[in-house]
Amino acid sequence: MTADGAGPTGAAVPEEAAFAQEVPRGEPILEVRDLVKHFPLTRGVLFKKQVGAVKAVDGVSFDLMQGETLGIVGESGCGKSTLAKVLMNLEPATGGSVRYKGEEISRLSGGALKAVRRNIQMVFQDPYTSLNPRMTVGDIIGEPFEIHPEVAPRGDRRKAVQDLLDVVGLNPEYINRYPHQFSGGQRQRIGIARGLALKPEIIICDEPVSALDVSVQAQVINLLEQLQGEFNLSYMFIAHDLSIVRHISDRVGVMYLGKMVEIGSDEQIYDHATHPYTQALLSAVPVPDPTARESRDRIVLTGDVPSPANPPSGCRFRTRCWKAQERCAVEVPPLAPPGWLSGPAFHDSACHFAAERESGEDVGSRP
Amino acid sequence: MPDIHDEDSFEPHPKPGISRLDYAGEQGMAVEQETLVEPDVAKREEARSLWGDAWRDLRRRPIFLLSVVLILLLVVMAVFPWAFTDANPRKADLVHDYLRRPDWTDFFGAGWFGYDAQGRSIYARVVYGARASITVGIFVTAAVTVLGGLTGMVAGYYGRAVDAVISRVVDIFFGIPLLLGALVLLNAFTTRTVWTVVLALAVLGWTQIARVMRGAVLTVKQSDYVVAGRALGAGTGRLMFRHILPNAVAPVIVVATIALGGYIATEATLSFLGIGLQDPTISWGIDISSAQKVIRTAPYVLFFPAAALSATVLAFIMMGDAVRDALDPKLR
Repeated sequence: MTADGAGPTGAAVPEEAAFAQEVPRGEPILEVRDLVKHFPLTRGVLFKKQVGAVKAVDGVSFDLMQGETLGIVGESGCGKSTLAKVLMNLEPATGGSVRYKGEEISRLSGGALKAVRRNIQMVFQDPYTSLNPRMTVGDIIGEPFEIHPEVAPRGDRRKAVQDLLDVVGLNPEYINRYPHQFSGGQRQRIGIARGLALKPEIIICDEPVSALDVSVQAQVINLLEQLQGEFNLSYMFIAHDLSIVRHISDRVGVMYLGKMVEIGSDEQIYDHATHPYTQALLSAVPVPDPTARESRDRIVLTGDVPSPANPPSGCRFRTRCWKAQERCAVEVPPLAPPGWLSGPAFHDSACHFAAERESGEDVGSRP
Repeated sequence: MPDIHDEDSFEPHPKPGISRLDYAGEQGMAVEQETLVEPDVAKREEARSLWGDAWRDLRRRPIFLLSVVLILLLVVMAVFPWAFTDANPRKADLVHDYLRRPDWTDFFGAGWFGYDAQGRSIYARVVYGARASITVGIFVTAAVTVLGGLTGMVAGYYGRAVDAVISRVVDIFFGIPLLLGALVLLNAFTTRTVWTVVLALAVLGWTQIARVMRGAVLTVKQSDYVVAGRALGAGTGRLMFRHILPNAVAPVIVVATIALGGYIATEATLSFLGIGLQDPTISWGIDISSAQKVIRTAPYVLFFPAAALSATVLAFIMMGDAVRDALDPKLR
């Protein structure tokens, strides 16, 4: 990638010839439609009988645009990580479609799947478990080249690995060290270098900083942003830290119990949220100001998240929603811009009674 | 390579290419990072090469060192028995040597441990008997580790129907007692050599390793680095042998080392019962068996092969125990 030795910023744009065709910035590079992932619940030892299914992802649709960062937020167990696994083809989808540059990829296998993997890579949550403790850093980052030998000729691999270490801000001389000799932040940089090795266009980051210390989080986030500019990457950024998501994302999607409840630009979501769940989620963001903390009005949800094996009828949030009415139990609200709203509040929101909060205070906090 | 406690070497690599903003953040962070690494030390210690730690731990254990010395001695004895004695273990002189008592002055000589009921040097027979025991122990363990390791790996990796079929077969073999099964199997052979015994014990013993391996693979298979390998498009072979096997092999090695002693004991038991090795072969089991006829008049005929057998089995089990303790962080 920086074979001419011009430094990482100088030779920022990778050999574009490797990619099939260019998608202009702002066009969808990944289109997800009605994606479903159900995990069957079975009973019986020898003759397994399906008695139900955990609906981890249940009809999720969104587009990922070229060069943008799409943040996905939601509480634990809402299906964020399952969504990432299905997009990566690590788990087969139960239904729906995933199109990469218009080509259906959710049912690929063998060589075709391997080819698509070159363009969609992943950064994992826990840098302590995502690197093989028995392999050196050089082997870990060089493995993508062994699997896809066409990316880097055999003789250039060591150089390519050292360039990658350089790009993520690690000393290229660390090539023969083992993962345990690095700190958490450095390990995550190794994980990012591995994700970059194949020069992908899309990187799915599954909570890439939540296992890291707060001070190191900022470094890794900055690195991800800088790499996005250098390599023209599109990110899908999964997290539960709303401030970080706001900082890095162009658009944000909010998930609840396997469904996307609201999606829009970061301003639309953080300052003009119309779905009650998003409003409740945002009102729980810690405010680093004791006086403001007193005055703001938090929305405290009652009850627990219902079981994804037996979700409520109609709107899934109705069991905890203060706006819920009979209609919510019968009719599933579509994820579409509500016609009665206008301005920044006019964006996809899956609520029959979508509206901005009355008090309209700024509950999001910029990092 | 600098020592890993040398935190200086962890300072981010200063480099002109990366944006100023990012680097300003990094340098400012460096001090904090050093202190923040501390809470991770326990995790890092654990993650620091398992074998490196185990080796450092083992070197300090007298029991481990003692058993290793004993095992090395036995292995050398098995390969070069003539280096330990000039006497011929098959020379039988009933006129002069019939049940001659041990002669402690005959240090390392033919009469050191005395002579058995056929006038053969007990010392020479103890030395030459090591070969059968060590051969059986090592080859059965090797065969069992390869066979059981592969089936366990396949069962754990593929899961579902493959796992169900392999696990049931393992259960069936597991239900056969090793000794009883070996008796039945070996009875089918009219001439039995060391290799027949190895074959019988390997056929019956692989299930133990298969179970351990399957369990270890099931655990490792879930880990993020295996998922990361799949995400890169790695094939089955690469995932199995580069990612899973190196991380799943530790418990297998422990079980195999402990089992090795057991196989040696089983071989001796079979030979004692007359169903294992046969007479031209020199084996401690055969000698123990023939010694029982003269146990009242000449207990030393029984004592020396039995002591050699016990010491060998004990050495392997002690080594296995020490390795297990060293590899299991919970026991530290």
